[in-house]
Amino acid sequence: MQALIQQVLNALQLGSVYALIALGYTMVYGIITLINFAHGDIFMVSTYVAFFVGTALMSRLLHLPGIVVFVLTMLAAMFATALLAVLIERFAYKPLRQAPRVSAVITALGVGLFLENFTLATIGPDPRFLPKFFPVQTLTVGGVAFSNVQIIIIAVSAVVMLLLDTVVRRTMVGMAMRAVSWDKFTAPLMGVPVDRIISITFAIGASIAAIGGTLFGMVYTVDPYMGIRIGWWAFISAVVGGIGNIRGAMIGGYILGFVEIFTPVILPASTYRDFVAFSLLLVLLIFRPYGILGRPVAQKV
Amino acid sequence: MKRPSFPFVSRVSAPLRATYESLPSPVRRWTMPALLVVFFLVALLSPSFLNLYWQQVLIYVGINIILTASLNLVNGYMGEFSVGHAGFMAVGAYVASILTVWVFPRWGLGAYVPYLFPVALLIGGLAAGLTGLVVAFPSFRTRGDYLAIVTLAWNMIVKSVLENIDAIGGPRGFMGMQKLTSVAWVYVWVVITIYLLRNLVYSNYGRGTLSIREDEIASSLVSVDTRKVKITVFVLAAFFAGIAGGLFAHIIQFINPRSFSILKSTDVLVMVYLGGIGSLGGSILGATVYTVLLELLRPLQVWRWVVGPLLLVLLMIFRPYGMMGMREWRFLVPREERVESVAALMARIRRKREAVAAPTPVGGSSD
Repeated sequence: MQALIQQVLNALQLGSVYALIALGYTMVYGIITLINFAHGDIFMVSTYVAFFVGTALMSRLLHLPGIVVFVLTMLAAMFATALLAVLIERFAYKPLRQAPRVSAVITALGVGLFLENFTLATIGPDPRFLPKFFPVQTLTVGGVAFSNVQIIIIAVSAVVMLLLDTVVRRTMVGMAMRAVSWDKFTAPLMGVPVDRIISITFAIGASIAAIGGTLFGMVYTVDPYMGIRIGWWAFISAVVGGIGNIRGAMIGGYILGFVEIFTPVILPASTYRDFVAFSLLLVLLIFRPYGILGRPVAQKV
Repeated sequence: MKRPSFPFVSRVSAPLRATYESLPSPVRRWTMPALLVVFFLVALLSPSFLNLYWQQVLIYVGINIILTASLNLVNGYMGEFSVGHAGFMAVGAYVASILTVWVFPRWGLGAYVPYLFPVALLIGGLAAGLTGLVVAFPSFRTRGDYLAIVTLAWNMIVKSVLENIDAIGGPRGFMGMQKLTSVAWVYVWVVITIYLLRNLVYSNYGRGTLSIREDEIASSLVSVDTRKVKITVFVLAAFFAGIAGGLFAHIIQFINPRSFSILKSTDVLVMVYLGGIGSLGGSILGATVYTVLLELLRPLQVWRWVVGPLLLVLLMIFRPYGMMGMREWRFLVPREERVESVAALMARIRRKREAVAAPTPVGGSSD
């Protein structure tokens, strides 16, 4: 029983990160129906920003409390990543808005590969660790051991997701985003600045990925290829939940977290987890082609 | 669609075409087969005048042409977006390798393996084609982005399954293949692939494929059996990917699941869109240019993997239809489909007029 709760906590921790990244995929898809394959690599860049800023701050500003450094690092990663995403949107995707949709998807693949290989060529393939911002404490409640980092990851993610949900549903920006997503030809007629809203969407998606990246870096290592593996899993999360649907992405993220953690428990080896995750995706798409929460788009003849 | 023009190319090709069209018709009829035979002889003799490195580059070019042309059938002609071509390649590569390394020697045919190589390739291709159904069936219900995700998932599943079967090496890979792929073999398979694909594209099925690209619902209304066409196209594309996989396995003589990851699929996608969708000539050009370019960029080491994607992005922004998008080289168009040059058209009309003007023999046509 304790082991089960332990695993559930691990799954929630991993699922939170997947959900945070999946939000970026799903928001961009919702607004311009583009599968932004570069998003996983944007996440990767964010962890590198967190690594460099965090290391620099920890060595120079030792007198600051660790939690402040952590927040500063996260803010820096969010800002840098949002800027990167907006630049990518402006220079790579925007010129293609009138082109066939496939061109934009290919461009996204290209941008992703570019970021990945650029990081590989400039920083190198060695895995790195984020500095310890504060001492890791292990707490035990009723035989279940969990760390303060784990709690921070789960809690911060939950808060961020609630916040995003509120922003999309209750604010003017959120309303504009939904308007563009609903009908991008009518929205400008209603006075919605479409280009700016698209940029804001990319910025929000990327900063949420940066939050996920900083949290991820506190537990796991950072390397140039993490964008592929974590990015693909987050992408499946978005699709499982119904791509374009924000709540779906959150649910999908947790589902994938549970799949990853519980596959080795049920099957003999952890190497089966890719197989399980992608088979799940395949079966789901055959029976529910638009994901768990997605609604089928009626095709006009 | 705005079509790019290449003044330099046409300056070279126009006189060539004029010479060709001035030849008498039987000569024209046999020019292409003769050229193919000459090239085959050159390919056969190539080991005597090319070093191993350039032979290998040529072989990679050929394998990539097969991969690109077959993916173009799905992505270019049918307008779907398949991103899992390497999955089919993996099936072909593993099946063909298992045949040449284990099965044939076990049947006492060890000495004949070089002669049985095409059989192994064919069986590998058929196995891959069978798995093409995995993608074909979901395509009845889903289209566009979701089908792309299905193909992606397929690629990942194949890789993951191969990593988990310990008997064929798991993640360590599979080796022991003889070096059976030669320039001549690759050349033969490229010719077969392009010939079959050309005939398919200009057949009824090909028209059906194009109509699915333009509008699936409308094409089903004009009684295109969209399911049958989709199955045919996906299975055929997978078949050729399997052949390419078999050829690939027998040149590098070592395959592991990682060689068939999504990165390989991306490579093929790049070649398709570099060359241009809906064009076999584009596939040949795209595969050749990309493969040779990456070889030339080899001195850049890691940075060549930075330059490649960057080129792709720039290409998509400035020339979204690739080098040959929706156009075709003349010799790849069946004779009766060719749009004639103005001069040839005028000559034909003049001949027809003269024939009409000439007195009809008694008891001739009634109209």
